Amino acid sequence: MPTMDVNGSAVEVDEEGYLSDINDWNKVIGAALAETEEVELTDAHWEVIDFLREYYDEYQIAPAVRVLTKAIGKKLGKDKGNSKYLYELFPYGPAKQACKIGGLPKPTGCI
Amino acid sequence: MSEIKNFLYVNRKAPYGTVYALESLEVVLIGAAFDQDVSLIFMDDGVFQIKKDQNTEASGLKNFSPTYNALGDYDVNKIYVEKESLEARGMTIDDLMPLTYEDEDDDWAEKSSIRMVSADEIRDLMEESDVVLSF
Repeated sequence: MPTMDVNGSAVEVDEEGYLSDINDWNKVIGAALAETEEVELTDAHWEVIDFLREYYDEYQIAPAVRVLTKAIGKKLGKDKGNSKYLYELFPYGPAKQACKIGGLPKPTGCI
Repeated sequence: MSEIKNFLYVNRKAPYGTVYALESLEVVLIGAAFDQDVSLIFMDDGVFQIKKDQNTEASGLKNFSPTYNALGDYDVNKIYVEKESLEARGMTIDDLMPLTYEDEDDDWAEKSSIRMVSADEIRDLMEESDVVLSF
């Protein structure tokens, strides 16, 4: 199993760099994962990541991007529930990158 | 534009003990994410998959039943349950999770996705579908 170095301690990740155990996650690890994705985290990023973690907690899945966009619109407002806003935050795929940084598995239906 | 097909997923097995129920659910979510028209049937022991208050603690297996509640977000809102199967197991619709969706084409109200059907109606559903996948 590959590992990632976070402040001197090794954290297990899979071949694609997703956290192996969701329970290992904390914001420091999130920040380290963001670095591997070359994403500079702002409050706007955390808002999406926190939303995804809550969604996972409730439904036990990471939603596909279309579902994420709609759900964000409902929870955080229409100005945020659109692809343009989310892709500006996470250029390589909002569902994929935000899940990875949030320590969640790869979204179901994401190829 | 790609062609939209009617996919019908037939779920007939108990949720735990075999991997069919979980695999079916994952395929359903993937199919729905690709904008296909998706319907689900729960019949035989498959009705246990959407039973409410599932607890898998003693078995050590992951309780994936909360994921059925996400089906509405994926626009999967045609969930058919065979009456005869429920009755044979001493169950009613009240023993099932209240799966709902938000009606975007009408009044945006939360509506039930569950439709009770007879074995005869299931036969018709199968005939009308482009693709039938049985799990």
